[in-house]
Amino acid sequence: MSMPFYVAPEQLMKDRADYARKGIARGRSVLVLRYRDGIAFVAENPSRTLHKVSEIYDRIGFAAVGRYNEFENLRMAGIRYADLRGYSYDRRDVTARGLANAYAQQLGTVFSSGSEKPFEVELVVAEVGQDAARDQIFRIGFDGTIVDETGFAVVGGATEVLSEKLGGGFDADADLASAVRLAASCLGERTHLEVGVLDRTRTQTRKFRAVERDELQSLLGGD
Amino acid sequence: MSGVGELSSSFSQFVARVAPEALPRVDAEHVQLAPHGTTIVAASYADGVVMAGDRRATMGSLIAQRDIEKVFGADEFSIVGIAGAAGIAMELVRLFQVELQHYEKLEGVALSLDGKANRLGSLVRGNLELALRGLAVIPMFAGWDVDRRVGRIFSYDATGGRYEETGFHAVGSGAAFARGSMKKTHQPGGDETSAVLSVIRSLYDAADDDSATGGPDLARSIFPVVMTASAAGVRQLPTSDVADLTTRVLEML
Repeated sequence: MSMPFYVAPEQLMKDRADYARKGIARGRSVLVLRYRDGIAFVAENPSRTLHKVSEIYDRIGFAAVGRYNEFENLRMAGIRYADLRGYSYDRRDVTARGLANAYAQQLGTVFSSGSEKPFEVELVVAEVGQDAARDQIFRIGFDGTIVDETGFAVVGGATEVLSEKLGGGFDADADLASAVRLAASCLGERTHLEVGVLDRTRTQTRKFRAVERDELQSLLGGD
Repeated sequence: MSGVGELSSSFSQFVARVAPEALPRVDAEHVQLAPHGTTIVAASYADGVVMAGDRRATMGSLIAQRDIEKVFGADEFSIVGIAGAAGIAMELVRLFQVELQHYEKLEGVALSLDGKANRLGSLVRGNLELALRGLAVIPMFAGWDVDRRVGRIFSYDATGGRYEETGFHAVGSGAAFARGSMKKTHQPGGDETSAVLSVIRSLYDAADDDSATGGPDLARSIFPVVMTASAAGVRQLPTSDVADLTTRVLEML
């Protein structure tokens, strides 16, 4: 009878974390930052059809990096969570905090279960408030850690370098064009960008909108 | 492809699976407790389609509410109005609104106008059991078809049957009178104002002969809810505009 090899729990978790981190670091980064009228999601994304940035609910947006099939599943689960909650209670009862917690639970459970492979994704869930003081940005890691960010969040590869660059020029009172230009210059990318905004000045109840190619070019144009 | 599409992009199917208790339902013994909403009318015009509903809800011979709303924006380009048991009707509208938005968010594109009309039909069909016990809800659906660039109107029966109407249509207890009225006043290919005048007139005529339909209430400033769908999207006419147009209709009598 063969004895199973003993692996220390610390080593097991470290291996799983290394595995997930490696997967995420291969991908391109996403920046989420506040600006005067809301929150902008700026992703480096060569595809025009496979999105990294999405609407979840009236005031809530989503951005992700890592394995596409995994975060697409999480995105759809988030929309189902939000729509069911809003339908059962009220539209105002759907919050980014609740959604971020639900994501953290799922990622954390899978990470520590030991049977399935950990998710190779990092997520950002953001909610635009009635006023700037109530804007919220949450960053959720592959292991279910959840961080409440104040002005901006960076996920993907090279987060430390990007955070430093973005932090240097960040201004929560900047207009959308300046915010997008700053994010684009941090990413060093102008053509393959996917941008979405949660715009609190929109009169519709749905505050999210994808910034189309033409508008993006004019936002970037003032460089 | 087994497993793919295990969960569809339909919100109502998702709810039926994970939280069936959240779907609209009512104990059939309490049918007589449900207030009923009445007449909904719709008419197309050159650049779109207009839908309007009176504001009365009745419980037997009593007026349950004077300012109920029965016409709603379903999404950016479509309108839904419902006659019948008010409580179920409101829930059905709420479910339909989430259904359309849910699909759009999951798929990244909105449903076609025919797709929306079909989804509403299947929601009505889901209510068939209650309809047989007297809690029928009969919706009318209208919207701007962004592909064909035309305003279209759809009616339904209690079994979920879907019928496209040309020109104009009415549902609810005062529908026969409203249709008779629009037959005379509706101008195919007319402008928005003439279509709005026609639907307001038809609601007035329905209220004249049907006790369950409320006429314009000048004393309380309660007027029909009027919504249009066109290339610019769905718009609800402000009460002041509806009041002016109602005055014009009354002057023409």
